[in-house]
Amino acid sequence: MVVEDLSVRLKVYEGRPAVRGGLGKDPVNSPMIRHWCEAMGDTNPAYTGPDAIAPPTMLQVWTMGGLSGHETRAPAYDELLALLDGAGYTSVVATDCEQEYLRVLRPGDEVSFDSVIESVSDRKTTRLGTGYFVTTRTDVRVGGELAGTHRFRILKYAPRAAAPPPDPAPRRPRPVVNRDNAGFWEGVARHRLLIQRCTGCGTLRFPWLPGCNACGSPEWDTVEASGAGTVHSYVVMHHPPFPAFDPPYAVGLIELAEGVRMISNVIGVPYDKVRIGMPVRLAFVRYDEELELPVFRAEEGAPA
Amino acid sequence: MRAGDALPPLRIPVTRTLVVAGAIASRDYQDVHHDPELARRRGSPDVFMNILTTNGLVGRYVTDCFGPRAVLRGVAIRLGAPNYPGDTMVLSGTVEEIDGDTATVKVVGDNGIGRHVTGTVTVTVPAEGVV
Repeated sequence: MVVEDLSVRLKVYEGRPAVRGGLGKDPVNSPMIRHWCEAMGDTNPAYTGPDAIAPPTMLQVWTMGGLSGHETRAPAYDELLALLDGAGYTSVVATDCEQEYLRVLRPGDEVSFDSVIESVSDRKTTRLGTGYFVTTRTDVRVGGELAGTHRFRILKYAPRAAAPPPDPAPRRPRPVVNRDNAGFWEGVARHRLLIQRCTGCGTLRFPWLPGCNACGSPEWDTVEASGAGTVHSYVVMHHPPFPAFDPPYAVGLIELAEGVRMISNVIGVPYDKVRIGMPVRLAFVRYDEELELPVFRAEEGAPA
Repeated sequence: MRAGDALPPLRIPVTRTLVVAGAIASRDYQDVHHDPELARRRGSPDVFMNILTTNGLVGRYVTDCFGPRAVLRGVAIRLGAPNYPGDTMVLSGTVEEIDGDTATVKVVGDNGIGRHVTGTVTVTVPAEGVV
């Protein structure tokens, strides 16, 4: 549909009713007033007690359709919105609200309302996107007496550009591999968990480092871990969330049978069943096409 | 209170709870006010405060300043920069005109990304009567 054609078709709706004979879903009532005041942080004593009035700014609230919608919306308004939806102006944002309060509303008041489409703007380009402003004017009555008027303007627009969807499958962080730890990752690739051993004093060390922190020797070789270990300590991560990790999850400090400790995931057991001293066994888990990591699976029959 | 008087500013932390509680208290179930995922699909970085909540906060600001005897006669607001969770909105106001017991107050609310709301509030403060 060309723009001029759409504009002409939209203008036809000016002056047509948006709601005819609308009835408030609930009478003005204290619980809704209280919920509103709690949300707004409004402690005005005029809104509580036996002589309570409703906050005047709740005027529109009493006309809202809520989750179940409006049964009383006139076809013209739905047609207008459908016409805009069909032309790609699918999003909506409220831009203006002008209210006049002629009479206070009190609990028990039954609200009725009528609404008219006052105007439909020409096509406008805004920061949100391109669209049309639709202005309605609603008269709110109690027992036939005008209690307030409410002019409301929305922008029906085509989103300028939807934010890129979040990565469907965020990937774990990549390890930083350098000349000091490359041997460890080569071992992982062959499903071997290698521990550095100082050839000067025989002390085992993990994680991999260029020198021995017992004797200072830069010379080393490796021993392969048997894969047996126990949970020396652990934490359960709830927050903050990181991409690729699904909290809550347990992060364990695993003491290998050889005596060194390493940080890893504990798998095969719910996060809240991980316990200090729990026996675990090495497993290699592939997380994506290029990342495989040594983790620790709770041993069968481990006391939970 | 005289024309030109400034009202003390009011800081409103825009929490996610305020955004959602305000939307639900006003019976506004538009997804952009409670569902971040759907809000993003509509091109918004997050959920944002609905206009009814802003309207309520502007009304509260003025009645807080003028006291419980004050009666709101009209609130007209225009929205600009959205109120996203994590931001803070500072409402400030200036008395524009006094006519008898009725004041016209210009209210603005600024957040971290700009001017959220510009509004005009008409409020009547009845003179103290003989009890």
